[in-house]
Amino acid sequence: MEEKVSTKGKVKSIIANLVIVEVDGPVSQNEICYIKLQETDLMAEVIKVSGNTAYVQVFESTRSLSINTEVEFTAHMLEVTLGPGLLSKNYDGLQNDLNTMEGIFLKKGEYTKALDESKKWDFKPLVKEHDQVEAGSWLGEVDENHQPHRIMVPFKMQGTYKVKSIKGEGAYTVKDTIAVISDTEGNEFPITMTQTWPVKVPIRVYNNKPRPYRLLETGVRTIDTLNPITEGGTGFIPGPFGSGKTVLQHALSKQAEADIVIVAACGERANEVVELFTEFPELDDPRTGRKLMERTTIIANTSNMPVAAREASVYTAMTLAEYYRQMGLKVLLLADSTSRWAQALREMSNRMEELPGPDAYPMDLTAIIASFYARAGYVYLNNDKTGSITFIGTVSPAGGNLKEPVTEATKKAARCFYALSQQRADSKRYPAIDPIDSYSKYLEYDEVKEYMNENIDEKWTDNIETVKDILIRGREASEQIDILGDDGVPIDYHIAYWKSEIIDFVILQQDAFDDIDASTPIDRQKYMLHKILTICHTNFEFESFEDTAEYFKRIINELKQMNYSEFESDKFKNHEEQLEKIIEERKVD
Amino acid sequence: METQAFQKIYTRITSITKATCSLKAAGVGYEELAVINGKLAQVVKVIGDEVTLQVFGGTEGIPTDAEVVFYGKPPSLKVSDELSGRFFNSFGLPIDDGPEVEGEEREIGGPTVNPVRRQQPSELIATGIAGIDLNNTLVSGQKIPFFADPDQPYNQVMAMVALRAKADKIILGGMGLTNDDYLFFKNVFDQAGALDRIVSFVNSTEDPPVERLLVPDMALTAAEYFAVDKNQDVLVLLTDMTLYADALAIVSNRMDQIPSKDSMPGSLYSDLARIYEKAVQFPEGGSITIVAVTTLSGGDITHSIPDNTGYITEGQLFLRKDTDIGKVIVDPFRSLSRLKQLVIGKKTREDHPSVMNTAVRLFADASNAKTKLENGFDLTDYDERSLEFAKEYSRKLLAIDVNIDIDEMLDTGWKLFNKFFTKAEAGIKENLVEKYWPEEEGLEQKKSGKEKEEPTEA
Repeated sequence: MEEKVSTKGKVKSIIANLVIVEVDGPVSQNEICYIKLQETDLMAEVIKVSGNTAYVQVFESTRSLSINTEVEFTAHMLEVTLGPGLLSKNYDGLQNDLNTMEGIFLKKGEYTKALDESKKWDFKPLVKEHDQVEAGSWLGEVDENHQPHRIMVPFKMQGTYKVKSIKGEGAYTVKDTIAVISDTEGNEFPITMTQTWPVKVPIRVYNNKPRPYRLLETGVRTIDTLNPITEGGTGFIPGPFGSGKTVLQHALSKQAEADIVIVAACGERANEVVELFTEFPELDDPRTGRKLMERTTIIANTSNMPVAAREASVYTAMTLAEYYRQMGLKVLLLADSTSRWAQALREMSNRMEELPGPDAYPMDLTAIIASFYARAGYVYLNNDKTGSITFIGTVSPAGGNLKEPVTEATKKAARCFYALSQQRADSKRYPAIDPIDSYSKYLEYDEVKEYMNENIDEKWTDNIETVKDILIRGREASEQIDILGDDGVPIDYHIAYWKSEIIDFVILQQDAFDDIDASTPIDRQKYMLHKILTICHTNFEFESFEDTAEYFKRIINELKQMNYSEFESDKFKNHEEQLEKIIEERKVD
Repeated sequence: METQAFQKIYTRITSITKATCSLKAAGVGYEELAVINGKLAQVVKVIGDEVTLQVFGGTEGIPTDAEVVFYGKPPSLKVSDELSGRFFNSFGLPIDDGPEVEGEEREIGGPTVNPVRRQQPSELIATGIAGIDLNNTLVSGQKIPFFADPDQPYNQVMAMVALRAKADKIILGGMGLTNDDYLFFKNVFDQAGALDRIVSFVNSTEDPPVERLLVPDMALTAAEYFAVDKNQDVLVLLTDMTLYADALAIVSNRMDQIPSKDSMPGSLYSDLARIYEKAVQFPEGGSITIVAVTTLSGGDITHSIPDNTGYITEGQLFLRKDTDIGKVIVDPFRSLSRLKQLVIGKKTREDHPSVMNTAVRLFADASNAKTKLENGFDLTDYDERSLEFAKEYSRKLLAIDVNIDIDEMLDTGWKLFNKFFTKAEAGIKENLVEKYWPEEEGLEQKKSGKEKEEPTEA
């Protein structure tokens, strides 16, 4: 970027963390500036310009700030530093490394470096001299915690270049020049392992972005079997407090089939973030046998950290995800919770005295959320490799009301909806995802259907439909029983109800704290689904409704024991034999 | 707070609302304190040279030519060991006729703890109340409110929790406390001989409502002093946070801010989080635990205040009157301590989680039986027994006047299971049943006895 004469300004008004600055030169929307409060620089972002006044949101507390304080503009937007060393870091919303900050308390105006600049990385070149390259081309590769971290031509560089020189294999720091490239006019550009990118701009140096079609295995049965998410897909989990949102997110981050996990803890409880910090380094990664933290980055902005930085934190997380996607990796991005981000937007909109939309949220909330979700996806890179960002956000609906603006806006943007139901949570049916209210739009995609029927089972999609039908019939039967009483309905109603309970207890419910049950691979899910459907398609005979309950409870128990046993182990097979015997007792043709 | 030489004095107020005053002034820092006609005020908005002050004492009687003096610093509290045993108002000034506290002056509402420097909470706080210790165990560094209707004895329960918890310091932040409640706290602490461990910041209903906005920050600044500087375990009591939120709404309304849900300011979540998130376990051993009260209107937890609170705090405690036994109990269904998993069965006996879950499940069976009874259906033998169980469980464990240690609570649980249920009905893990199921004659023996007799009768 070319150097500009930097614009300066003076503080004219202060309303909480909204500061109005009179400027002496050009400013751009979303430009970053620093307010020179005594010894500390307060970082702020331009969010509105009117004449020669700029409205800036300050990422810190504005306490003791007074008018006429000097402000310096930086001529760039909020940027993150990209390069090897991002993994296993704990950042705040502005990519300050929380671990290198001094003291117990966060100091106002303390900014730390995102990457360790002294660490040497073993570099391997991937191009030769005279090769033609463009933004995003892989120049070389370093090993970052066993992930191939590609060193790329900076995304900001436009046009095509030729490699003038490239370093051979060796150890270099992120600041060392590893290549020099030249443009058609012969201008030379030295390239290091790092680059910067503005967080609010999507990284788009890929070839194309098709509809996602590959199933992303999460090991969570109620998701994989009933409402699957795809690699590069988007989903969201709204749920009232206490409905098990956090446990579900942790399960996803541990189990999902991804190379890189990025967790944005956005405006949530600090002790929950501490749980992430303490547990993730301990968690064994089922995929690599090492620690999960090695391929995880946590962006933490707890609810008591500055509001404006909370808004930035989700963008920071998304930009890191996009960076890894450019390396041809599968990234899983989790944001908990996007409602806090929306509330941060509301607080600023309120201070700027904008006319409010529903529930005092800004009018463009829907558009902001939609364009954020749109940054996820499955892409073909320019070198024909693929990469993906699967994004799952949680929403914390006020009062558990799913008609509130953030939930509504997210519903329009995300393709999968995992409704956490208070009723299920109260009766300890975890995960509390309601199977009927939830949906996955990917089930409507022909390419997804084709993929599943080819890779899992030729009847897979039909079976999912059948399962859902059984659940709906079970719910209807249960309502009838509640109204008319146990003996006021035919026994068939009880059978229909209990068949749906089998699916509920054996497929939907899953013990996140049990070593075996916590994660179910897809072939095991297929086996169990087949088993259960066979039972559901079997006709049974009973004399009274009491017998029905007792009988099906035995079936459920055996199936649950199977869930708790190692797949295809002796224990598993024993329970399966028991199950077959029980089925024979009441089976009629 | 006498006038000092460098302070700027202004005498021309341009506008006055019920809670704020505006005037033209220069060089004023944001959130700086000022005095208008002897009333304390704080800068909440600066537009050009016009400064808006939030007047804590209310603006009644303030004339346009009132004298305004700026202090050049935000609200602060002098901290030292002298705070112990003292009662202060919202501004940190003594209200107990004692001398002013000497010590280091600290800005209130200070910075946030770096999340990576926090320690995961792991120390159990025993209160003797089984409804809390058994079912909703509290952990140091936790933040948890009582969700209670105004007619419930939450202040009494809170005082009890405070006195029984083995905290080094108890800090009371009273907002809109009635004079009677204030005297209640004072007497209870006095009688328990605990006054030297207690620091109180009280805004009573006689004081202007806007003043109470300072109370939580004052209390938590004192708490941070004891927890960080002295490595003490500090318990902070905040009652009533609903009145605090109401005061926030008053100020934002006077400043013409657009209200969001339930007339609350759009920043309610952040405002509450700033306070509650001061609860922390420090690596050096000190901790701050917050027990608060959020009064509900008609038990409605979807109202903005309890709703936002629920998303911030680590669980909530519900009180309810159990008409079957005529006592107030801690509701086992609606109460939740999110951090209990960190201590139950780990810091307490291994059977804790099983006893807790089983008792609550059986209590739920009783409430189903009750519904059945109310709807005129016949009760089974199991229903009858679960109803009997529920009464004893309520009386011996859930009632807030229970004061026993956790092992005793667990033993009581096992005795009740034995008395009313068979081992199969209790459905507890085999190894625990072998170890803890009481040996004395229970339902199991009675039942098997009966079955043996029956054939002879026939």
